[in-house]
Order: sequence, then C-alpha cells, then structure tokens
Amino acid sequence: MMNYILSFVFCGAVCVIAQLIYEYTTLTPGHITSLFVCIGSFLDLFHFYDRLIEWFHAGAMVPITSFGHSLMHGAMKQAEEFGILGIAMGMFDLTAAGITCAILFAFLVAIFFKPKS
Amino acid sequence: MDKKTYERIAKQKKPKKYVLKHSLYAFISGGIIGAIAQGILDILMNYFDFSQEKAVPVMSMTLVVAACILTGLGWYDKLADKAGAGMFIPITGFANSMTSSALESKSEGLVLGIGSNMFKLGGTVITFGIVSSFILGVIRYVFLH
Amino acid sequence: MCSFIKGSSFLFDHVYVTSCATVAGPMEKRGPLQGYFDQCFDDLYCGEKSFELAERRMAKRAVLHCLEKANQKMDDIDIYLGGDLLNQIVTSNYLARDFMRPFLGMYGACSTSALTLGTASCLVEGGLVNQALAFTSSHNATAERQYRYPVEYGIQKCETTTFTATGAAAIIVSNQKSDIRVEAVTFGRVIDLEQKDPNDMGKAMAPAAYDTLKTHFKDLNRSFEDYDLIVTGDLSKYGKQILTAMFEEEGQKVTHYDDCGCLLYHESQPIFQGGSGCACSALVTYGYLLEQLRQGKYHRILLVATGALLSPVMTMQKETIPCIAHAISLEAVTS
Repeated sequence: MMNYILSFVFCGAVCVIAQLIYEYTTLTPGHITSLFVCIGSFLDLFHFYDRLIEWFHAGAMVPITSFGHSLMHGAMKQAEEFGILGIAMGMFDLTAAGITCAILFAFLVAIFFKPKS
Repeated sequence: MDKKTYERIAKQKKPKKYVLKHSLYAFISGGIIGAIAQGILDILMNYFDFSQEKAVPVMSMTLVVAACILTGLGWYDKLADKAGAGMFIPITGFANSMTSSALESKSEGLVLGIGSNMFKLGGTVITFGIVSSFILGVIRYVFLH
Repeated sequence: MCSFIKGSSFLFDHVYVTSCATVAGPMEKRGPLQGYFDQCFDDLYCGEKSFELAERRMAKRAVLHCLEKANQKMDDIDIYLGGDLLNQIVTSNYLARDFMRPFLGMYGACSTSALTLGTASCLVEGGLVNQALAFTSSHNATAERQYRYPVEYGIQKCETTTFTATGAAAIIVSNQKSDIRVEAVTFGRVIDLEQKDPNDMGKAMAPAAYDTLKTHFKDLNRSFEDYDLIVTGDLSKYGKQILTAMFEEEGQKVTHYDDCGCLLYHESQPIFQGGSGCACSALVTYGYLLEQLRQGKYHRILLVATGALLSPVMTMQKETIPCIAHAISLEAVTS
C-alpha cells in the first residue's frame, strides 16, 4: 500500500511542478516536456534518478523525466562494454519498447479512428 | 495610446487564473496515473512472475497503448483540458502527442500525412532526450575513465 | 458619388443589403442565436470526409441560401468576394471554382467579414457593379489545426483563449433599394502594441478596435450615442473589458456596446473567453443583428470586426502580433 501512496505523491508532485511552470511562464507543453527530459538525464548523471526509482517505485518511472533517465541509463550500460561508441549503441536499449509501441499504436489508431473535435 | 498605459489597463481586467485548482487537478491526475502504473507493475510481478527488468517496459507499453486508444476515442483531450500537466507529463502525454498528430494528418494520406507528421509534437522530446543524454553520457564517460 | 470623408471613412448613399444567409455548426446551434441561422449542422464533419471539406460545404450552403433568398442565379452576381482563415484562403478559393464569375479572395483574419462587405459596398457605391456577394467562413477544427495544436492533443487551454466559431455567412449588396442599407465604412490601420501571446487574442486586438472606433467617430463626427448598438467582432469577454476601460481612461462613456463573441454563445458553454473567427462576427451580424434592424428594434448599428494578422511561423520567430479592425455601419431604411 505504501508503494501506491509513494507513487501517487511523486508522480503528482512532478506534474504540479510542470503545471506551475505552465501557468506562470509562456512555455508550451512541448517546452516543458523537453525540459523535463533533460532534467531526467541530468539527474542520472550522478545516479540520483536510480535512488528516486528505489524510493518511489512506479511513481518515478511514469513521468517523462524517466525517459531521459532510461536513455542515459541504456547508453551508459553499453558504454561500459564498448567504450564511447556504446553511448550511441545503447541509447534506445531501455526505451525501445515504449517508443515502438507508441509509433505502432499511433499509426494504427490514426488508421482506424477519425479526429473528433 | 502607448504600450505602457495599455499594459496597465489590460492588467486590471485580466481574467483570473485558477492556479490552485489546476495544480490540484494536475496532482490528482498525475498521482492516479502513477498509482495505476504501480498497480500494473505489482500485477505483472506477483501474478505473472515477471522480473522487474521485464515488467517495467511492459508497464510503460500498457500505459502508452491505453493513451493511444483514449486519444482515438476523443477522450484524452477532454481529460487533459481539466488535468493539464497531469496528463502531459506522464509517458501517456508522449503517446497522445504522437497519436493526435498522426490522426490529424490522416487526410493527407499514409506517407506524407501520418508517416511524416507523427513526430511533429512528440519529436522534440526524443531530440532533446538524446542530445542531452549523449552530451551528459560523454561527460560521465570521460570522467570515469 | 462615393463621398470620401477625410481620414479613412466612406459614406454611402445607395448600397443596400439584398439578402443574407448564415450556416452554423453544432456548438453555435446550442447557443442563444439558434433560431436566427438558416441552416445548422449537428456534426463538425457536415457529412464530409475532412474538416476542410466540411468548411467548404458550409460556405457553399451559405452562398446558395443567400442566392435563393435574393431570387438570383449564380451568374447574376457581378462579383464575388470571400475569405477565410486557412492558408491560401483555400475554402474561398476552392469554392470560387463553382461561381464562374469574377472573384476577389481577401484575407483579414477574423475581420474578413467586414473587409469583404466593406469592399463590396465600395464597388457598388462606385457604380462599378450592380450587385456583389461577400461571404466568409471559419471552422473550429481547421483553424485549431492551423493556428494551434491538433484537435486531439491533450492540452489545457489558457484562460484567455477564445473559441473559433464554426459557420459560414454570405451577404448580397446591390444598388436596388431594400430595407437595410450599408451606410458607412471605415477601413482600419494595422496596429501593433507589441503583444506576443497567441493565446490572448482579445488583448492583442483591442487596440486595433479602439483605433478604428476613434477614427470612425472622428471622421464622421459621431460618438457611441449615434448608434443603437456597437459590436466588436471577436474581442471576447476580456478584450471587451479592455476596450471599455480604454475609452473610460480618457473619460468617454461606453454605451450600447457588446461583442459578437459573447453574443454567439451561452455563458455556460465551454468557450473560454468567447467566440472568435471570421464566422463569429458574420453569424451574429448577418444572422441576428440584421434581423433586429429589419424588425425595427435597432435603427443603426456598427460592426467593428477585428482581426489578428498572425501566423504560427511568425509567432515562433518571436514576432509581435499585428492587428486590424474594420468598421461598417448598417442602417434600417425608413421609407
């Protein structure tokens, strides 16, 4: 049960920060998500994002910040094996599932549905 | 009328912002998505014996698929109008941005419409994710070795 | 003939409104003016395959209704004038293929309604043509796509956003006497008070409406008192308040003033600050206000259609938003 509360609170808190940025600046959601992805990969620079996932479980895996973290994480894992080239090779290792799925279903949905309003 | 006077007049009449209400909605909706994700993880790990490494991608795939379908049904934008950042910050927002761009360009055909426009809004996340991860990755690599 | 008053206003002697027609979309149908439209569609697609085709269909229906009411065939009209919000004004240009008559495509963003009607009136007054048809259209989904985001994109709208009206309207002006006449026109200047927020059209356009109103009053030596109603095109609730405050700032009392964006919808509808788009001012004026003139409720009204001449590319390049407003005075003919 504790896991659920922690997930709820962390994911909610990240969204509130984004909401406040959205309300008080002229940044668009595109700007804000890009910013958060960069923050995510920056936090992984010192393995801090791994701590967050340990503490908050799924709550830290859902926000877009975790996308940056996963990119960074996959890249660093391959880098240990293949050196600096590994950064490019492993970039999509962990996020591949999500991106593939998003592309596939975006395509399928676009074929079978119509924009409503 | 000069700009300064105008800004002063316009400021007096500015419609009220509902920051507190919007933030609360963002917190609740973001939190619910986080809790759902935790639920999916628990189910996958407890009932299907997935390892954590395997369960996490499956969890994000589930959320992405759900968001794509909700977008197709025309519900996602209605939810997001209330929830604001609570719907665009989680990974579901990424799926929504791709699906909505693809849906809209449907009328231009498969290749020039759906194919080339899919990343119109969501592409920025991937671009900045990769660029920042690469730069930071190189920095970390150089420092560690 | 055409009496050119100093400044930028024209007074007309014999320009009459022969007929007008309006076609509205689903959201407008649920608004307070439902009974005044000639045709309403329940679906944003209007039975077509895409939103762009739907907009064209609405524009076509409006033109046909208008011709039918005036008992005219398409060939009888000397010249067509039209415009809309889309790139290369595609709705009007593509629709114009059907007319087989001279066509002037015009772009004035949301002020297109007054721009086309004003130009048509000038042509008629000058004796260059006998009758001209002006039409305009806008569609929420096509405009949203072009100026903002995809319609299904999950985004929270700013509190200052306006809602693009879905609809089309057409009007025929001629030198044949009828019960309503176009009495005067003031073409506006492009005003830019360095507004940058594309989600805040009311604030961007209010200075243009202010400037045109001031010019109109000065040129024709009139004031708010000379009109039974003055409507702005689509300043929305916020812009309306700003405009009122601007006049009050210099001690002028604002009376008989309203905004088409506020008239077109109920307060309870999800339209944020109010309606906008070419169709907004056109639907309210051609549909509702002209009927009021005919019934004798008003004697003389002034439409100040406002337009923000922005493009998404220029906004992204951090340019400010230039705005324009055109004023048209319409009067009931008392014989």
